[in-house]
Amino acid sequence: MLKLDNVSKLFNPGTPDEKIALLGIDLELLPGDFVTIIGSNGAGKSTLMNIISGVMKPDLGSASIEGNSISHLAEYQRSRWIGRVFQDPMAGTAPRMTIEENLAMAFKRGKSRGLSFGVNAARRAMFREELSRLGIGLENRLRAKVGLLSGGERQALSLLMATFTQPQILLLDEHTAALDPSRAELITKLTESIVREMKLTTLMVTHNMEQAIRLGNRLIMMDKGRIILDIDETRKKDLTVERLLGEFETISGHKLADDRMMLG
Amino acid sequence: MYDSMLGAVEMGLLYAFMALGVYITFRILDFPDLTVDGSFTTGGAIAAVMITNGYAPWLATLAAIAGGMLAGMCTGLLHTKGKINGLLSGILMMIALYSINLRIFGGKPNWSLMGDTTLFSSINPLLVLPFIVLFVKILMDLFLRTDLGLALRATGDNARMIRSLGVNTDNTTILGVSLSNGMVALSGALITQYSTFADSSMGIGMIVIGLASVIIGEAIFGAGNVFRATLAVVLGSIVYRIVVALALYVPWLRPSDLKLITAIIVIFALVFPSIQRFLKQKNMARKRSLELAEQALSSKRGGTIDA
Repeated sequence: MLKLDNVSKLFNPGTPDEKIALLGIDLELLPGDFVTIIGSNGAGKSTLMNIISGVMKPDLGSASIEGNSISHLAEYQRSRWIGRVFQDPMAGTAPRMTIEENLAMAFKRGKSRGLSFGVNAARRAMFREELSRLGIGLENRLRAKVGLLSGGERQALSLLMATFTQPQILLLDEHTAALDPSRAELITKLTESIVREMKLTTLMVTHNMEQAIRLGNRLIMMDKGRIILDIDETRKKDLTVERLLGEFETISGHKLADDRMMLG
Repeated sequence: MYDSMLGAVEMGLLYAFMALGVYITFRILDFPDLTVDGSFTTGGAIAAVMITNGYAPWLATLAAIAGGMLAGMCTGLLHTKGKINGLLSGILMMIALYSINLRIFGGKPNWSLMGDTTLFSSINPLLVLPFIVLFVKILMDLFLRTDLGLALRATGDNARMIRSLGVNTDNTTILGVSLSNGMVALSGALITQYSTFADSSMGIGMIVIGLASVIIGEAIFGAGNVFRATLAVVLGSIVYRIVVALALYVPWLRPSDLKLITAIIVIFALVFPSIQRFLKQKNMARKRSLELAEQALSSKRGGTIDA
């Protein structure tokens, strides 16, 4: 499905601030894979997301989706295949536009946009049905400005906008990290059910170790720009937070340092 | 007095196209585009030269719109592809247009259309203008609700999001700045035909007048949604002209003070809301803290009595 081949990325190359963000990353996702990614600060998790989505170009290496190379494509061209939810609840929606207008824009993901109305009766009915799946009453507020919604509501809407056109790849970049625990739990549950129902191939960065173990069928651990641990479905079943921490220290030689890390 | 008020309404309607153009860049795209000062004159110049050379007024007006759009496209390209700061792209284009406009004028810095047939030769502007302005306004409202229009609005509202949904924001920015300057040039072409006169300095300060119209309109008539906001901009343009007409009745003011008055209106309109917001927030914070402190105190007292 998604394949990264020997991808490397440096920040500030050739200066005293040079930093390795990614080094020789090989990663292959099979259709329907739900991979969680954990790692310490500066491990390269966000850079990995940015490389896949096309926000950044790698210095070395290539990327492909379903066998088609996407290395030369800009972010807006890749979005045909890739849905993404950002950490910041404000990032995934347009605040001065209404809920239905936001959904209309997501509905046209990766397609050419012409002069037909963004919201018509048929689409509105479809949006209402999709929103009702979130179960938080947004279906009754189609014409409310998104800026009036709470962070949790906006993130739920972002999640819907990223997924309801069934993209080949779903990227979740710590998308519950900026929410309070109860709302984070809601978004996690929604993510789980949407990914399962639509069988989306998903890559999720998280700071919550318990969540990383509980969700998905594969777990990847990153450190200093490398993938240091790749745990498949069978081994993931008997994984615990303690064991994972232990593994990390054995392989990397230092403690998992992350000021936001939650053990679960 | 009555006549000058009618004249003010006419002017307001003619400048409303320019104000709608400024609304597209300033409010929708969140891009302060200074091309306006140049493209307004470009519109006037193209219309004046074509009409005196015997072309049909409507054809001259369409050509003026095209000229304005071309100028806007250049600004958009400078900003998106050339990665030049938005303000600077507009200023560069404005300066370049100053020379280009003189070229269009054929080296003659002012043109009179006295005696030529214009769009307003045989009709009373006040009878047709409201309908034309309304027509353009509604066309714009409808466009902003299409898939392309939504992408344009999102470019100014959350560019990162709309890029992640597959829109090339460079293209939407260029489109928006082009449309905006097309409207501005239309305004210039109509003003030229209305006053039967065009000169190379007719566009100076136009951006500030456009901003004043947008801001006054939003302040008085509100800007809840696009339909409401564009209506507010049109009315704002008329109110601005009425204020200007009234200001000329003040004995110690001179017509040359106009630009100063306009600048002061815009400064006031920009500063006042943020002061208001600051005071409101401060009051709210104080009120809520008092409430919370009181609650905490009373529950504590309740606790001691219970014990």
